[in-house]
Amino acid sequence: MPTVPLHRIAQARSGDKGEGSNVGILARSEAAYTFLAETLTEARVQDFLKEINFGGVTRYLAPNMRVLNFLLEDSLGGGGSASLKTDAQGKTHGIGLLRLEMDVPSAVLDATPPPPA
Amino acid sequence: MKNKVLIGNGQGFWGDSILGPIRLLREGPLDYLTLDYLAEVTMSIMQKLRQRDPNAGYATDFVTLIDRVLPELLEKGTRVIANAGGVNPHACKDALLEVCRKHGATGVKIAVVDGDDILSDLDRMIDGGEEFNNLDTGAPIGDVRSRITSANVYLGAFPIAEALAGGAQIVVTGRGTDPGLVLGPLIHEFNWGPEDWHKLAAGTVAGHIVECGAQCSGGNFTDWRTIPNLSMVGYPVLEVEPSGDFCVTKHEGTGGLVSVETVTHQLAYEMGNPESYLTPDVIADFTSFRLKADGENRVLVQDTRGLPPTDTFKVSMSYSDGWKSVGQLTISGPDALAKARLCAKIVWDRLAYDGCEYSEEQRLEEYVGAGECHAGLPGGTSDSPSEVVLRLGVKGPDRAKVARFGPELVPLVTSGPPGVTGFAGGRPKAQEIIGYWPALMSKHLIQPTVTVVES
Repeated sequence: MPTVPLHRIAQARSGDKGEGSNVGILARSEAAYTFLAETLTEARVQDFLKEINFGGVTRYLAPNMRVLNFLLEDSLGGGGSASLKTDAQGKTHGIGLLRLEMDVPSAVLDATPPPPA
Repeated sequence: MKNKVLIGNGQGFWGDSILGPIRLLREGPLDYLTLDYLAEVTMSIMQKLRQRDPNAGYATDFVTLIDRVLPELLEKGTRVIANAGGVNPHACKDALLEVCRKHGATGVKIAVVDGDDILSDLDRMIDGGEEFNNLDTGAPIGDVRSRITSANVYLGAFPIAEALAGGAQIVVTGRGTDPGLVLGPLIHEFNWGPEDWHKLAAGTVAGHIVECGAQCSGGNFTDWRTIPNLSMVGYPVLEVEPSGDFCVTKHEGTGGLVSVETVTHQLAYEMGNPESYLTPDVIADFTSFRLKADGENRVLVQDTRGLPPTDTFKVSMSYSDGWKSVGQLTISGPDALAKARLCAKIVWDRLAYDGCEYSEEQRLEEYVGAGECHAGLPGGTSDSPSEVVLRLGVKGPDRAKVARFGPELVPLVTSGPPGVTGFAGGRPKAQEIIGYWPALMSKHLIQPTVTVVES
C-alpha cells in the first residue's frame, strides 16, 4: 500500500477562539472519505498532534460534505486574549494535520484526483 | 414578494479590509450588504472605551465606511445590516445621523436593535436564579463575577427583520449571532415565521458560509495555487430563494473562486457538531443539505433541515484575567537556533536576578522558523534554520511583574550573542488579558428592542 501525506487525499480548514481548535478535514473524493472515516480516528489525530494539542480529541462526521470535523480540546495556549502563542487561533492546525503520512490503498488513490502542483 | 434576494457580506471580522464592502457595492447588484464587526473580546474593549467616553463603544470603522459609500447606497437603494453597535449602538446611530447631515442626505431611516447588553442586570438575574455557569468548563459565575467587564446575549434574527419592516435602510445591532445578519433580511423578505425551521436553518447555513467574508471565495484555501487573483478577491454574494435554497456566488470579473471545495472549507470552519449548529432561532443540521456546482463560481445549497431552537440564549461575557506581555527579536545564523536559545536563557536569568521569576505556565518561548506552528510534525520543524524569530512572553495576575519583562528584551542586541536584531517595535508593554466566559440564560428574561429614526 502506498504511503502518502493526508494532503494527497484531503484538504483542511481550521481555527477557533476558545481553548481548543476546530479542524475540518475535507476528503478529495467519496473513496477518500470512506477510507478516512475508517482510518482517521480520534486516537490517530490525538497521537499525531500530541505536541500541539494537550487535551482530548472529538470527531464528528458530515458525509454530505465529505467532512471529518475534529475538535482539539486544548491546543491554543489558553485561547483568546490569554494565549501567548503565535498561532493563538489554530489557523495552521489543519494544514499541519495534512502532513500525516498514511498507508492508502491504490484503489483509493486512483479514485482521488491529486492536489494541483 | 421577490423570487430572489441578493445578499453580500463585506466584513468578516473586526479589522477586515474596507475594500470588501466598497467593492461589493461597486462591482455588481446587491439588495443587502451585511457587515460583521464583533469578536468575543471586542465587547469588552468597547465597554472600556465607553467608560472613558459616553459617546464611544461601537465600531467606528463602520461610520468611516458609510461616510465613503453613502451616495452610492442611496443611489442604489442597498440596505445595510451591521453589528457595529457594540455596547453603544445608539451612539453609533447618532454618528451615522451626523454623516447623513454632512452629506445633506435627509429621510434616511436608521434602525437600532439592542437589548443584548445585560451587564447592568447581571446581579438581579443571578439573584433571580440564573446560574451563568461557564458553558465550557462548568465553573460557577462566582469565580469571576467581580471582574466581569461585559455581558451580552447573542440575539436572533427576528429583531433585524422587524427593523427592516420598519423601513430602515441601515440597521445597527449590538451583539447578535453572525449568521443572523443574513437570516434577518430573509425573514423580512420572505415572511418566514419562527416555526419555519427548515427555512431558518437554510438562512443560518447561508449566513455561516459568508460570515468570514472571502474565506468562502478562495481565501485561506488548501490548494491556494489554483485561486486566481486573490488581490482582487470577490467577497461572497448569496442568491436566496423563498424556499431557503440558495446559491453562493461572487460578482462577475472579481478574483478568487467559489467552488464546492471553497464553500465546504468555510462550512467546516468553527462548525463544532455538524448535526446541531445552535442559534437562538433554530438548530441547523449541517449534515442535511446537498452542495452542487452550478456553473462557474456558483454553488447551490439545497434541502437544509432544521429543528426547533432551545429555550436558552447564549451569553458572551468577558472578565479581567490578568496581564501579559510578548516581544520578539530576530536572530541570524550561523547557529541561529542555538543563539536564540541562549538569548531566552539570558532574559530569564536577568529577570530572576531582579526578583522576577515566572513559572512554566506563565512564560512562553517560541522559535519561529524552527517549527512552532507544526511542532512535532514531520517536515514541520528544523534543527538548523538560517535565522529565527525569538518570541518571548509572560503572563500573570501581577501587572508590575509582567511589565518588568519588556525592558530586558532589547538589551540583548548589545549584550547577547552576535546577530541579534529586529527590535524595531521597541519595549513590549503589559496588556490586560480579557477572559471569555460563555454561558446560557433563560430566553424569557430578554426583550430585544427596535428603534427607527430618520435623518
